[in-house]
Amino acid sequence: MTPEIAKQLLFRMMRIRYVEETIAARYSEQAMRCPIHLCTGQEAVSAAVGLVLRPSDFAVSGHRAHGHYLGKGGNLRAMLAEIYGKKTGCAGGRGGSMHLIDESVGFMGSTAIVGNTIPVGVGLGLSIQLSGSDAVSCVFLGDGAAETGVFFESMNFAAVREIPVLFVCENNLYSVYSPLHVRQPKGRKIFRLAQAIGVEAEHGDGNDVEAVYAMMKRAVADIRRNGGPRFLEFDTYRWREHCGPNFDNDIGYRTEQEYLAHRMQEPIKRQHDKLIQSKLLAPEELAAFGESLRVEIEDAFCYAIESPFPDDTDVRARLYA
Amino acid sequence: MPESISTASRQLTFAKAINEALNVALEADDKVICYGLGADDPKGIFGTTLGLRQRFGSARVFDMPLSENAMTGVAIGASLNGIRPVMCHQRLDFFLLAMDQLVNNAAKWFYMFDGQRSVPITIRLILGRGWGQGPTHSQNLQAWFAHIPGLKVVMPTSPADAKGLLLSSIFDPNPVLFIEHRWLHNMVGDVPEGDVRIPIGPLRVARGGCDITIVSMSYMTVEALHAAEYLQERGVSCEILDLRCVNPIDWQAIFESVDKTGKLLVLDTGAETGSIAGEIVARVAIERMGSLKLAPARLAMPDVPEPTSFGMTKGFYVRAGDVAHKVLDMLALERGDVDAHLVEPIPHDVPGAWFTGPF
Repeated sequence: MTPEIAKQLLFRMMRIRYVEETIAARYSEQAMRCPIHLCTGQEAVSAAVGLVLRPSDFAVSGHRAHGHYLGKGGNLRAMLAEIYGKKTGCAGGRGGSMHLIDESVGFMGSTAIVGNTIPVGVGLGLSIQLSGSDAVSCVFLGDGAAETGVFFESMNFAAVREIPVLFVCENNLYSVYSPLHVRQPKGRKIFRLAQAIGVEAEHGDGNDVEAVYAMMKRAVADIRRNGGPRFLEFDTYRWREHCGPNFDNDIGYRTEQEYLAHRMQEPIKRQHDKLIQSKLLAPEELAAFGESLRVEIEDAFCYAIESPFPDDTDVRARLYA
Repeated sequence: MPESISTASRQLTFAKAINEALNVALEADDKVICYGLGADDPKGIFGTTLGLRQRFGSARVFDMPLSENAMTGVAIGASLNGIRPVMCHQRLDFFLLAMDQLVNNAAKWFYMFDGQRSVPITIRLILGRGWGQGPTHSQNLQAWFAHIPGLKVVMPTSPADAKGLLLSSIFDPNPVLFIEHRWLHNMVGDVPEGDVRIPIGPLRVARGGCDITIVSMSYMTVEALHAAEYLQERGVSCEILDLRCVNPIDWQAIFESVDKTGKLLVLDTGAETGSIAGEIVARVAIERMGSLKLAPARLAMPDVPEPTSFGMTKGFYVRAGDVAHKVLDMLALERGDVDAHLVEPIPHDVPGAWFTGPF
């Protein structure tokens, strides 16, 4: 772990957090007219993956994809314009928050149905295998996706054909409001399922960004060298409501106590404190980064808000290529 | 089009024509891959994929796990990076496991990502009928697929169309469902050699006529042709339009024929309610009411699952005799000797007496 990477991991997490916090703050203005699923608290995985993967590697994700998109290098202005339904959005306003894409950095798409991009990522991996390159296809999924049939089917095929895929599972314990214990047997670990299917798998602390980075780096290097697939499960926690900008501990599906206990694990503060204490990061450098971030995000929101809507005559276009 | 194009034709079965199209496509473009349950087994999906793995290798032609949904998603993902997958299913019914990937991903990808990347996949679905195929091996659900914006749905009848339309489907930039009726697989017809493609969209006038327009698809076109031959002897001239595709539908050609004949009968291989036949009757009524001299009609399968028992499927399918009866009724002509000329074949549940199962 070089100091530069340790700092980059923090800065990347901060960027994702700040973007999400600004979305949350402005959501009630009714200008972002689509469902949003914020990843506040889960930034470590997204921050690490962008430093491990190359732009020529692929990634796909699901409905909670802002962090994955930004982590992979997706264009912030285009993402916000998409959430605002604007013509300049990364999907021309047709997709909204749940359908992000930036092919220029290998982010090949996110979709709204749980588990639905897992096989798409495996198919991208198959195309890599057929072309003989050393690229990797990364599939982001959550704990809920590990209950879908397509999860088992996709993992099985990836294992049987040794497809170069990195499966990254963020286990945040909730699917909408359903806790893990009503969905999966007590004590079973998702990464053990992956192992049983025949995929090499590991499990790690999703709040320790340096550990996430190290595990990903090892797995990706291994895929490039020996072929895939690999599966990584990270324990993390969803801070805000399933869909929307608010905190929802008052509605009764989880306790405030549980929430606070997980929040104590805070990946950003943890990395921040570590770097400050070890004097790898000067307060002035952090302040300068914070200021540049504020400017960047303000600019991106202005761009999104000022961009034009697509013309309503465009609604019938681009049905077929 | 490749330079080797040739139009010399020979007589081939529908199944052999499919096999030839796959050979031509795999040869023409090394991005084409072909997979499905049994794609390289000794039967080769009713002979349609025989020899492909031996010729093109197991990286491009392969068997797959029993994972219809994931393997459709795999096709989609591969196609996003330039691969042209052809997926084969021995029965349409099995493919119902893949509706999420088909409807939510394949059909939508180009549109929902604003035209950035299309999904050039071809999905071959084989329709069953007869020989006790029963409730879950015989469904004709083309109307479902035609209902979903973003898909193309092809249903050829002749061996030449099977080859030419499959080649067009494989090289089309969009997701195409290519639906083959099992009872057509052994039909023989002229098939041109080489990379000869037939455009997806225009229908085929299977028989010219002036008294009534019969629109049909896939295997029903065969029954319609038998009926028309008999009706010609009775002095009734039928124009038979073989749809070839049920999405898009060649509306202009249908309207022109109805303008000429003033009468419309639509045949469908699927169940009546919500059928393609219903859509055609509706749109002709809406757009060409002035041309119609009498109410349009349709003949389709009953709105019940297909039973397995030989005893229960007698009279179950729409046959040439039913078509002839309907046309004569519409024209207010006596039914006469239809039943003597167009008897339900014995046995009634196979494409020909030569067919002795088990598939």
